[in-house]
Amino acid sequence: MPLTGIDIFKLLPKTNCKECGEPTCLAFAMKLAAGKAELSACPHVSEEAKAKLEEASTPPIAPVTIGVGDRALKVGSETVMFRHEKRFENPPGFALLITDTMEESEVNTRLEKFNQFQYERVGLILRPELVAVKDESGDAGKFEALVNKVKQNSDGGIILMSNNPDVLATGVKACADRKPLIYAATEDNVVGVTDLAKEHSCPVVAKASSLEELAQLTTKLTEAGVKDIVLDSGSRDIHQAFEEQVIIRSAALMKKFRPLGFPTIVFPCEMTDDPMKEAVIASMFVAKYGSIIVLSDFQGESLFPLLVERMNIYTDPQRPLATTEGIYEIGSPDEKSPVLLTTNFSLTYFIVSGEIETSKVPTYLLVKDTEGLSVLTAWAGGKFVADNIAPFVKKCGIEDKVKHHKLVIPGYAAAESGGLEEELPDWEILIGPREAAHIPSYLKTWKPEGGE
Amino acid sequence: MAFEIPKTLYSGKIKEAKLGKGSKAVTIGGESAYPFYLFEGEMPNLPKIAMEVWDCPPEEWAEAALEPFIGVTDDPVAWAKKCVEDYRAEIIALQLISTDPNGLDRGVDEAAGVVKKVAEAIDVPLIVWGCSDEEKDTEVLRKVCEICQEKNLIIGPVVEGNHKKIGAAAIGYHHTVIASTPIDINLAKQLNILLGNLGVSDELIVMDPTVSGIGYGIEYAYSVMERKRMAGLTQQDERLQFPIICNISKEVWKTKEAHIPIEEDPNLGDAKKRGILMEAMSAMVLLLGGADVLIMRHPEAIRLVQEMIAELIAS
Repeated sequence: MPLTGIDIFKLLPKTNCKECGEPTCLAFAMKLAAGKAELSACPHVSEEAKAKLEEASTPPIAPVTIGVGDRALKVGSETVMFRHEKRFENPPGFALLITDTMEESEVNTRLEKFNQFQYERVGLILRPELVAVKDESGDAGKFEALVNKVKQNSDGGIILMSNNPDVLATGVKACADRKPLIYAATEDNVVGVTDLAKEHSCPVVAKASSLEELAQLTTKLTEAGVKDIVLDSGSRDIHQAFEEQVIIRSAALMKKFRPLGFPTIVFPCEMTDDPMKEAVIASMFVAKYGSIIVLSDFQGESLFPLLVERMNIYTDPQRPLATTEGIYEIGSPDEKSPVLLTTNFSLTYFIVSGEIETSKVPTYLLVKDTEGLSVLTAWAGGKFVADNIAPFVKKCGIEDKVKHHKLVIPGYAAAESGGLEEELPDWEILIGPREAAHIPSYLKTWKPEGGE
Repeated sequence: MAFEIPKTLYSGKIKEAKLGKGSKAVTIGGESAYPFYLFEGEMPNLPKIAMEVWDCPPEEWAEAALEPFIGVTDDPVAWAKKCVEDYRAEIIALQLISTDPNGLDRGVDEAAGVVKKVAEAIDVPLIVWGCSDEEKDTEVLRKVCEICQEKNLIIGPVVEGNHKKIGAAAIGYHHTVIASTPIDINLAKQLNILLGNLGVSDELIVMDPTVSGIGYGIEYAYSVMERKRMAGLTQQDERLQFPIICNISKEVWKTKEAHIPIEEDPNLGDAKKRGILMEAMSAMVLLLGGADVLIMRHPEAIRLVQEMIAELIAS
């Protein structure tokens, strides 16, 4: 439950000593509430106040970071059961499994895929984050060699998996600087793995075979000083695993049950032998509520839709994705090709550009920045009207690309045609269809010269 | 560690609807918890998959989607029979693509005649989905209602502008209506109220939230469906307690990502598997949102989704 600035102020010494760097305790309290200051900056705060503030500021689901640098993956920190209640915070990481019994050529292929599979969409790069390195040989030397190879050949985060604590320790030592996720602490090895995680400050997976045992295990870990924990509830059965994901999330959020207030790891790779089905299971966990999803292999045909689904589900419902303003050339248009105009709401852009592609008519699509609003909303809000469309058309450079000066505007912005003809005297303004689905039939009859 | 499983407080239940007639009739709805939250409540009727049939030969379908239907795509009757006999379809969804005024613009009598032939050739429930042109759908679907009386069809999309005309015909000839609204919970509730006021009884209403696939705004449909379920199950919103139908395959397979050959972009992988997975994964997301009926196309995508449903409810 977040505290307000006033709540925090009441817990501070109220001496206005300025040692925190703020002019007053109230100013410091306000910064704390906004997350712009750290409580440790106040040297005089009481232990009691510290405990209260920490309790209140601890998120119900802890954040955990795996890896270092630009490609570090942050998971956890979720605050809602349903994305429409606020938003989902940290998209799940996808992990590619590599074992130390695989042929070297297979390992190389997998590492190449890991680095190569990335996709650009609405100006964002979509790519997987993690490599799960698994010990199947039981040979510490082999495992270490594989960890080193993964470390040298990719900058992704690393999950180290072994049932043997000694093998695990060798792996952690080989890549401790990359802050790998240790898999896993269990009831049987909790002491050794706790020491390993603490010594190298690495996050660790707690694995048990029921939620109750899992809660007991995480309690042991936190009491021993391990804070960065990821949960594996153990089940590899679809029904059970789904249910446990839901219960873990709701126990943490609804009951503030700290022992389950951590991100989770799920293993579609251990739930089926069919790669197609594995992908569908993974798609289930993207929505409900996996934080790390381990796949037996990466294939473009399944990884791409999973990455896009993840982007969709984790889009902030209050802030739709936008695409970049500019001229989009679809199907190699030339000086006689039609020029269409739309807004930069990414969904609008995808649908309009998709329909233009369907029509197979080479076209220039002008995408105007409307702060991510759709045509009708942007028009109603004054962000897609003659006064701001005209300057965009002039400066975007389309005048040099086509001989005809005909601009097709969306049917929903038809009211702007008069204003646009005044503002753009060199252009003829044509009113296109209201619905994107009608663009192909419209384009098929479009001609650069003469009437419509 | 004593640990109590948190439970959602449910106060409502989704209404049931019986689709079709006879021994192959299908009942949907009846849920008393969020989708697949079987530790909290029940799903007495499993979500069903309807196989898509077009009333004219598809011109732009990806090769992978056409392949399972080679030889029947120019004959809706043969196509529907193949779905029932070879692919064990439990429901057929006939998409009246030919009636689109911006396309083939097929006339009312001819289009309705095709529906009747399909309805007579199969014994599973038949969904009849118009071209989404409000006026054309009104004429065609009214005619369909009339000449297919006693068939208990499921017809739509019925929108606010044509709900009276189509609704009246549905009441008169006893068909189920698909109340369709553009990704908006308030408009959905409003249309359900209007249909009720008109006299359409509750067990003859299913909702179409307007869906799209992965990469094309599925998150909007997903969240609107979740909100509808939340309103119906936990907030006593009686006019949102209807089963949900999702016409998803058409949306998935028309995207460019379902067509791009691997040679053009090796990172996108095998085109056939990609199309199947985009359909199956989109369906999976909609199932988690609350879909009771999914209209689907590829038999392989259908198999994957059916296995997921079966395993999600397995105890």
